Amino acid sequence: MANSAVGVIFSNVHDENIPELSRHRTMASIPYGGRYRLIDFSLSNMVNAGIDTVGVVTKYNYQSLLDHLGSGKDWDLARKDGGIILLPPYSDETDAPYSNRLEALKGITGFLNHRNEDYVVISDCDGIARIDFADILAWHEQKGADITMVYHEEEGPVDSGYYMTMSMDEDARVTGLKINPRIKAKAKNNVYINVMVLNREFLTNIIQDAVTRGLSSFGKDILSKNVDTLKIYGYGFKGYYAGVDSLSKYYQHSMELLEKDVRDELFGARDIYTKVRDSAPSKYADGAQVKNSLISDGCEIEGTVENCILFRGVKIGKGSVVRNSIIMQDSVIGSGVQLDCVITDKNVVVRDRRHLAGCAELPYFIAKGRML
Amino acid sequence: MQRKKECVAMLLAGGQGSRLYALTNNIAKPAVAFGGKYRIIDFPLSNCINSGIDTVGVLTQYEPLELNEYIGNGQPWDLDRSFGGVHILSPYQAKKKSSWFEGTANAIYQNMAFMQKYNPDYVLILSGDHIYKMDYAAMLKAHKATGADCTIAAIEVPLKEASRFGILNTNADGSIYQFEEKPKQPKSNLASMGIYIFTASKLFKYLKEDDENPASSKDFGKDVLPAMLNAGEKMFSYRFQGYWKDVGTISSLWEANMDLLGEEPNFDVNDPDWKIHSRNPLAPPEYIGEHALLGNSLISLGCEIGGTVINSVLSSNVVIEEGARVIDSVLMAGSVVRKGATVCYSIVDENTVIEEGAAVGEDKEAGAGIAVLGRNIRIGAGAKVAGGQILDKDYKGE
Repeated sequence: MANSAVGVIFSNVHDENIPELSRHRTMASIPYGGRYRLIDFSLSNMVNAGIDTVGVVTKYNYQSLLDHLGSGKDWDLARKDGGIILLPPYSDETDAPYSNRLEALKGITGFLNHRNEDYVVISDCDGIARIDFADILAWHEQKGADITMVYHEEEGPVDSGYYMTMSMDEDARVTGLKINPRIKAKAKNNVYINVMVLNREFLTNIIQDAVTRGLSSFGKDILSKNVDTLKIYGYGFKGYYAGVDSLSKYYQHSMELLEKDVRDELFGARDIYTKVRDSAPSKYADGAQVKNSLISDGCEIEGTVENCILFRGVKIGKGSVVRNSIIMQDSVIGSGVQLDCVITDKNVVVRDRRHLAGCAELPYFIAKGRML
Repeated sequence: MQRKKECVAMLLAGGQGSRLYALTNNIAKPAVAFGGKYRIIDFPLSNCINSGIDTVGVLTQYEPLELNEYIGNGQPWDLDRSFGGVHILSPYQAKKKSSWFEGTANAIYQNMAFMQKYNPDYVLILSGDHIYKMDYAAMLKAHKATGADCTIAAIEVPLKEASRFGILNTNADGSIYQFEEKPKQPKSNLASMGIYIFTASKLFKYLKEDDENPASSKDFGKDVLPAMLNAGEKMFSYRFQGYWKDVGTISSLWEANMDLLGEEPNFDVNDPDWKIHSRNPLAPPEYIGEHALLGNSLISLGCEIGGTVINSVLSSNVVIEEGARVIDSVLMAGSVVRKGATVCYSIVDENTVIEEGAAVGEDKEAGAGIAVLGRNIRIGAGAKVAGGQILDKDYKGE
């Protein structure tokens, strides 16, 4: 399926779900899993499916994303033809930047029209999964679908401020799409995971049509209202899926990386690419006690670390005990500190002998660059 | 105007490194893994880019495949340039004469065209056998200040070891009056580090003369430098203070790895002011298990640690299963130590598997020396590999 599809990644959609972590960055550039950013998962899935042209749609706060992506070489996407193409909002004096997905898509029709691939794979950055886009593209082609929407069966309510549930007939054709339905605890639902495949020309046509008719919502006006007329199919993703739609879900799913089968599925079969930083290997001092933790490169550990995820360049001082916590890049934990269920953003300093604790449902969050 | 580079570096990377035994069966010495995620050649290459030298010729000869692949287009060192950058220079077939590189001076001489393409004022000669951080720009500055034709980086070594090195006998101003290659009775303890800066025109002149001299062994230390000195060229030493280690032997390679450990390591690779660049492994963060016991060790990305790791350096994707013990050892990428196995005072090369209950090496204090396991081999369950033993084939035990 190589080169039959072009990728489009929305970097800002769902920012509002995790205001703590997206205050200074896009959803796409939220750090995850010790050395990754959320966009690395969708981007790597695309690269691993042979997609070598990916448009990244940005809106605001995208400095950290630009810094992360660079020329795209770390994803093997520094190409003469294609590669990573950043698509910032297009606006002039009369036109404000886009305010919804439809306007965003309208803003990139130029990009889409200039490509010659048959299909477009659209993905947001709110999910962590090893999705085989080559398989979905083959399935899409075989079904002769206009649109293939990917869903995952989820139990209980969804935290996101905007979500869709899907119902399908036995041929997997979508028969109903509900936006933000009430979901009871324990109820099982096929939740759309913000990944879809469309025929490229079909997509540019419906965007044009929607703009002419003054429509504003891609989900409501285009998808939901037209399930009877459009050939929309639902592809069930059966693997591990971590939807990051709130800080507590972010915490909960991050901790799942400490389970071997989750790591094996995400990292085992194919590579997840990310920006390279040239950090040294991590250093474990005499007296360091580390249990059940993921540790990135460049860390220096002198204290106790249990059930934690440490990002690059983190320092844990002597006599400190850090449990059930996520410590992001270059944060420094002094000595004699006790942390439990804490998330520190990047470059946080926790001075000697501070004690901080949250709980699994409500982890204690320390914003980027704070000193405590 | 012709484009030029002020200084071009030539890195001698053809060495077989025969004293590293099984570790260099199929790879050149500069490609040998070091310090978890690095290879020896990362150090001179990183020094070059950190010193602002962006044109490097890497001269390869012995088993170049892995080294060539590792260097690639030079992007990890920021040496992928449209003018300059890193270039692999292999022996080639020429119209008049084709030959392997015979000696260090001949290797450089055969690549005269490469250097001349950049019309350099200075040429920096480096070797790919040493672990050190050095600012070549400061050395070049000294070379210009003294107005030397050749500047040789030098370091003080213990006098009893001085006969292993090229020794510089210098005047008070640092100028060299005598050059002795591995003298039996050294007059000074100032050793050449094998790092030279030449004024390009002089280098080209003396390389040509050396090539035409049938008596010459085509070696910098033995032939070119003495010839320049005899002809009265201005030669200066440049004192280097800092960590510098030849990793040409099993024990020095092991020691250099151990020098990275400790609260105040002898050699710090985690130095934000002088980053050592390398081709990074594509691997998730390392996972440290529920029953792991770690002390004074460096561990790289992708490792899965279930057992005990003390005073050791682990490269990427190493697996230490529960109940396994690794002490005073260097494990290279992808090696596996299964349940209940022990590895003691050893160097284990890439992708080698030590099966359950096997015991590799002996306690450092026992005096038997460092055990070495070559790459891609399997040590059978329960097998014992004695201290000091070197294996490059599967081993099932007696």
